[in-house]
Amino acid sequence: MTRTTERLPNGRLELALHTLAEGEGRPLLLLHGLGERAPLERPSWTAAWPGPVLALDFTGHGESDVPVGGGYMPESLMADVDAVLAVKGPCTIVGRGLGAWVGLLIAGARPELVRGVVLADGSGLVGGGPQPPSPYTEVLPAGPHATPDPYALLELSRDVRPPDYALDFVRFAIEGSELAHPIVVSARNRPDWLAAVAAEIDVLDLPLAEAVATFADQA
Amino acid sequence: MEGDDTRDYPGARPPDRTHRIDSSGISLAVNEWGEPDAPLLGLVHGGFDFSRTFDVFAPMLADAGWRVVAWDARGHGDSDHAHFYSWAADVRDHLAAITALADGPIPLVGHSKGGGQLLDLLDARPCLASAYVNLDGLPSHFSAPDINDRERRRMRRDDLTATLDRRRRRNELSRRPDTIAGLAARRAPMNPRLSREWLEYLVTVGARHDDDGWRWKIDPVLHLGGFGPWRPNWSMEHLANLDLPFLGVLSGVVDDPMGWKSRRGDVAPFLPPDGRLEFFDDVGHFLHIEQPRMIADLVLEFLEPYR
Repeated sequence: MTRTTERLPNGRLELALHTLAEGEGRPLLLLHGLGERAPLERPSWTAAWPGPVLALDFTGHGESDVPVGGGYMPESLMADVDAVLAVKGPCTIVGRGLGAWVGLLIAGARPELVRGVVLADGSGLVGGGPQPPSPYTEVLPAGPHATPDPYALLELSRDVRPPDYALDFVRFAIEGSELAHPIVVSARNRPDWLAAVAAEIDVLDLPLAEAVATFADQA
Repeated sequence: MEGDDTRDYPGARPPDRTHRIDSSGISLAVNEWGEPDAPLLGLVHGGFDFSRTFDVFAPMLADAGWRVVAWDARGHGDSDHAHFYSWAADVRDHLAAITALADGPIPLVGHSKGGGQLLDLLDARPCLASAYVNLDGLPSHFSAPDINDRERRRMRRDDLTATLDRRRRRNELSRRPDTIAGLAARRAPMNPRLSREWLEYLVTVGARHDDDGWRWKIDPVLHLGGFGPWRPNWSMEHLANLDLPFLGVLSGVVDDPMGWKSRRGDVAPFLPPDGRLEFFDDVGHFLHIEQPRMIADLVLEFLEPYR
């Protein structure tokens, strides 16, 4: 099918949510990596998913609006995903790179609405590492408001991701989910935070297409 | 008395000049006290404050011969509201303000969150400051709440839910209108050591008077608390990296609800070379408001060589 797009309110801005495949039942929601945008077509690894396949452009990316003056944090992109959940209801999430980190956060924050999350390789998987990187502050010129927003690229490649912080969200997800194994790690790259997540006893480790198929069976 | 839009407070003086500067499209409100050709001194306010909270402290510095400049953080005071707020964005706004105002290093004074943010900024851009005074804005390992892991996770979970719920409603949020006295009373739990007279004065310079009452200007999406991976002890790493004249002033009042509660022994090991630390166990977190004359004299004496 041809990708269709709807606009979701996001404060005074709007988010672009794309439908890559129609269907009945719980949606599969794709979250892109840092500097990326939603795919134009349904990826092959979603083939087993029987329901609709959606893809979000994060704030400052793709066809979503660009805020003035930056201030990006993964926790604020988590609110982007929450705006989708508010409209579409429970979803299963596949996150690439930065989207994997945001996917883990929202799985922990809204475990009743995230029916499984797959953490996959992609741009922005590492972030700024487990400790603050060397301090760096720069003022970029205002506008033009093209995507990807340079402030998103700057700030979301420097956010700190301590493993124990990630594990809090793992526990929130596991404690609050109806699923026995709501988190699956598919990424082959394992920065410190993701290695800690993958080592948790209730977290599964599966290739991407297989992970999607596993959640499809529970849809 | 209600219906009168003004309040006087002993020693309080409105800024001599106001203007605005740009930080990547966010317009920041700037207030200045003192002669325009006097040496420049920057003041940075704390979280949920605004630069007019310096209305007593700044004139004392200005009257000693400084051009005192303070700006409102994004979402605070008369500065623009933003879509996103973050520690890093505030730090960047401080950089934009300082470089717009000064051609070279200037003395900087930061209170509370503003002081903590200047630690980050000066670690990244040490050439911005000729000297740095930090007023109870020194988070340390002691600032982490003394609670067990289960309780810490419960608090984080509660913060998460509340923040996301608030963001879902952000287009409907507005600050609750009230009378001057009512707004002052609602701020009192955050400032229990400050007089009602001062808090009512603050309303008249930090809130706007709408048809249905007074509202704080601060963006309603902002709230105390929050979550994220930030650790207070990271600030001590920035402090240790500084190599400039430094004065830290700590409040020792433990039951003041605001502030990070760092003690002398938490901070002293990280002081820069020749750094100085003062500790007042009987002055609360808002030292420059509780004891403006004493703190101004301390700051003036410390900064005199850097005029």
